[in-house]
Amino acid sequence: MSNPSEHMGGIVNAGDLPDKPAPISTEGPVAWMRDNLFSSPLNTLLSILALFLIVWTVPPALNWLIFSANWAGGADACRANTGAACWPFITARWEQFLYGFYPAPERWRVDIILIVLLVGIVLLAFERTPLRKWIALLMLVPFPIVSFILLYGGMFGLPVVETSRWGGFMLTLVIALSGIVASLPLGIVLALGRRSTMPVMRMVCTIFIEFWRGIPLVAVLFMASVMFPLFLPPDVSFDQLLRAVIGVAFFASAYMAEVVRGGLQAIPKGQYEGAMALGLPYWKMMRLIVLPQALKIVIPGIVNTFIGLFKDTTLVLIIGLLDLLGIVQSAINDPNWSIKSVPYTGYVFVALVFWVCCYAMARYSRYIEAKLHTGHKR
Amino acid sequence: MHNFKSIATAAAIAGSLAATGVASADETLDAVKGNGSIQCGVSQGLPGFSNPDDEGNWTGIDVDFCRAMAAAVFGDPEAVKFTPLSAKVRFTALTSGEIDVLARNTTWTMSRDSDFGEFVGVNYYDGQGFMVPKSLGVASATELSGAAVCTNTGTTTELNVADYFRAQGMDYTVVAFEKADEVVAAYDAGRCDVYTTDRSGLAAQRTKLSAPDDHMVLPEIISKEPLGPLVRHGDAQWGDIARWTLNCMINAEEMGVSSENVEDMKGSDDPGIQRLLGVDGDLGSKIGLDNGFCANIVAAVGNYAESYNRNVGPDTPLQLDRGLNALWSDGGVLYAAPMR
Amino acid sequence: MSESINTQKEVPELGFWRDPAKRAWVWQGLVIAALALLIYIVVDNTVTNMAARGLASGFGFLNTSSGFGIITHPFVDYAETSDYFTVFLVGLVNTLMVAIIGCILALALGFVVGIARLSSNWLVRKVATFYVELFRNLPLLLQILFWYGAVLKPLPGPRELHTAGDSVFFSVNNRGVIFAEPITGDGFEMVWYAFFAAIVLTLIVRYFARIRQMRTGAQFPVFLTGLGLIIGLPLIAFFAAGSPLSFAPAEMSRFALSGGVTIIPELVALLFALVIYTAAFIAEIVRAGIQAVSHGQTEAASALGIKPNHRMRLVVVPQAMRVIVPPLTSQFLNLTKNSSLATAIAYPDLFAVFAGTTLNQTGQAVEIMAMTLGVYLTLSLLTSGFMNWYNSRIKLVER
Repeated sequence: MSNPSEHMGGIVNAGDLPDKPAPISTEGPVAWMRDNLFSSPLNTLLSILALFLIVWTVPPALNWLIFSANWAGGADACRANTGAACWPFITARWEQFLYGFYPAPERWRVDIILIVLLVGIVLLAFERTPLRKWIALLMLVPFPIVSFILLYGGMFGLPVVETSRWGGFMLTLVIALSGIVASLPLGIVLALGRRSTMPVMRMVCTIFIEFWRGIPLVAVLFMASVMFPLFLPPDVSFDQLLRAVIGVAFFASAYMAEVVRGGLQAIPKGQYEGAMALGLPYWKMMRLIVLPQALKIVIPGIVNTFIGLFKDTTLVLIIGLLDLLGIVQSAINDPNWSIKSVPYTGYVFVALVFWVCCYAMARYSRYIEAKLHTGHKR
Repeated sequence: MHNFKSIATAAAIAGSLAATGVASADETLDAVKGNGSIQCGVSQGLPGFSNPDDEGNWTGIDVDFCRAMAAAVFGDPEAVKFTPLSAKVRFTALTSGEIDVLARNTTWTMSRDSDFGEFVGVNYYDGQGFMVPKSLGVASATELSGAAVCTNTGTTTELNVADYFRAQGMDYTVVAFEKADEVVAAYDAGRCDVYTTDRSGLAAQRTKLSAPDDHMVLPEIISKEPLGPLVRHGDAQWGDIARWTLNCMINAEEMGVSSENVEDMKGSDDPGIQRLLGVDGDLGSKIGLDNGFCANIVAAVGNYAESYNRNVGPDTPLQLDRGLNALWSDGGVLYAAPMR
Repeated sequence: MSESINTQKEVPELGFWRDPAKRAWVWQGLVIAALALLIYIVVDNTVTNMAARGLASGFGFLNTSSGFGIITHPFVDYAETSDYFTVFLVGLVNTLMVAIIGCILALALGFVVGIARLSSNWLVRKVATFYVELFRNLPLLLQILFWYGAVLKPLPGPRELHTAGDSVFFSVNNRGVIFAEPITGDGFEMVWYAFFAAIVLTLIVRYFARIRQMRTGAQFPVFLTGLGLIIGLPLIAFFAAGSPLSFAPAEMSRFALSGGVTIIPELVALLFALVIYTAAFIAEIVRAGIQAVSHGQTEAASALGIKPNHRMRLVVVPQAMRVIVPPLTSQFLNLTKNSSLATAIAYPDLFAVFAGTTLNQTGQAVEIMAMTLGVYLTLSLLTSGFMNWYNSRIKLVER
């Protein structure tokens, strides 16, 4: 390179510097792929592996589920093509999957509850809804009672529908929702008890929580379904479904208590001290100052507990209650549908229903979490 | 001081509550009448014995027995609630008081009779058999050394197969499932070489296989399986009701009384039939029921033959001949004590 | 002075119900009384009911012989003539086996997926996210049933693979994974001695390496040395003892393979389901843990010139572990408890063979459930205890 000062006696370079290559594009698909997929040899290898995994699983799955699946016809069509999903099995049975053995003329009762439930959930999910607090209260207290009366009947001229005829997705919802409604207040009480200054309360609540967290739900359900009458006086009896719900609720309340305890621990001590300085008694302090803040923080945790509870309802099939999974399982065993693809279709259908519900709840929980997360993020 | 007082008060309340909790055992009939229905434990799904149909209505000979009891007690065969139970939990459900009667193709054995409850008779005589795929090329159970055997857990079947293979000096692996449906599915998937259960069960479950004709039942019957209903120990009256419900159905067949002719038969001159149907005598009131309890049973459910033919007989998918389950007068072993 | 004392005296003594401390004692007394009452009623009812129904009680049944076969009983000598206590042990070992293997595998898979969720590689990130969102939101029971079907159905039967009389060293069929049984000969114990000696040596090396690093700052490759010792020493001992190990192959009988070591498909399916399900949760815990470490920590480490992989290992992960460990404990507990779902697919765990079959045969529901629940509670206490100990070791030491 020549020295510019020789020519001009100054600073300016008269000639052109040689062209530099164009800067590497930072836009467009090629650059994106370079940055995100092939930034290093290891990343390239990982990308290829991931791509291989996708090619290996996704097309066959889509093919089985959609493209070569049987969409119409009856059992015969499925028998002719056993290599793919058999959706007519679902369409032929979907009413049973939804209502169980609930008598057909009475199913409008279930429909009403499902619609109210759906509207309630949608209203609650949006923050702008007016009177949200009151709707929440309505959904938590009167709604379960009204639903039960409507489902069971025996009042206002409604014929009684025994709980043994309840089944399918409706039963799944009944168990999960009554479990959560019962476990929330119980969990709050347990959490307060575990943080109480009274040693006996603390011990009792801790033992209760750790006991229920330490044993399998199957064992709880087994005891609730066949051993419970042993613990009661001979002339007292409960409905089997009710006992299963109580078992599930106790089980969930222990988890709920731990979630709420996390929220209580997150409330700064100043809040407690401030409330006490105002002379508020314990329950008022909790109700007006601490719990509103604590519960707001733990909404994601509560939703996650509910997701767990919702999935766990499938275990009731082990004690002979026909929830969604149970009723699909029993439908699979119908000799008229003894086709190779039917069990898989049934299970995939159940998986789809559960996945959609749980994923939606998980997204909601994350949305709340993100809203509550006010710290600095990167 | 204060809390001592409260403890003392509480203890006193506890004592009085617990005292009311003690009740004698022979009150099942009163409890059942109070509830308005009988709690009957049945299987979770065994075609022919107890199986819910598409609408959730239960059918089968065990189910018929429960309905017969409801007809005997209430005059209404629908006054019964069915509790589906796996083989594993059935006795716990009975002894805990969860159900009033267990009619779940249960084998009558001495230890069960002494440990769990009182068997009231036999409503199906069965024996354990083996089913194998035809492709296995086996003609006899004695050739099964080294085979994997699928069966139900918590059954006499599970014990018999252990006894049988040990007695024959043969090796085996047992894969024991909780539900009959799971056993069938696993056998169908090739998890085992052999499926063993009661022969009636084999006939029933074979209908659920993907290719029923590719499987055969081996000739050996390795056990006696008298299947019957049972009730809790300690309530003689309730046991009598169950026992005579069963005997009523068998006796009705023997005397030619069926659901179709039961009203006409009430006018029969035969003193045996008169006693059976409660036109004469007070047999029913001796066990706390209407004298016409047997007439109610036959009118609502039918006699034993009707129940058998409807559920497991030759015209059903199970296609089981009467065989041992024919009346003693027809070469079977069905022999009900007389009602007089 | 005296006046102020007087005014204090004029404050009326607190009424009994106005004194929180006294009130607390009354409440606690009431709670104790109510609990005692409840326990008394339940126990009394149970005793009365059991007597009225003629149910046996006590643990004498544990000495009775069981009479049924169990498909797999590792480490426990079991036959149909064994007593119910042996059944209990078989169930316990099977449960422990699933729980321990499951926890280790779920932790490994969960860590990999959790780190993959934060990968700079878009495709890897998306695949990991898909995995987590798919399996986390499906009921475990459904997954167990699915994997049992998925493991079992596609596999060929043993008769399609082998002909009668074959000696088979390794086979995968619908009866499980079967491989030849290793048989140790004389002198094999030398290998074990060498193995333990290697572990001790590694610990000594680690100790001195630490002292040296403290003094001079120079590092010593402890991990590689240890690995070499632990693999190398037993190998040397093995060959020095004259290779005292042989393999007894499985024999193909008319129906299936006999002999050899069998890993039954029920165990494989159960592990698949438990590991895949739990790992999805662990992955989220790991991701959250790593993200919880303030970015300033990474930046400070970079500023100090710490290399990227050391940055992760020495700065980020140790801090992330504090966030990870407590929820990880719950996942381990869940996995252990969830192993009781084995009862749906014929894997003979504690719940299936003891709280199931044994209970059915003996009818002693109260004793058997008490023992079973006791085992699960003990396991959960042990797990919690261990994880709490570990947690206190890695806890932030504050002034």
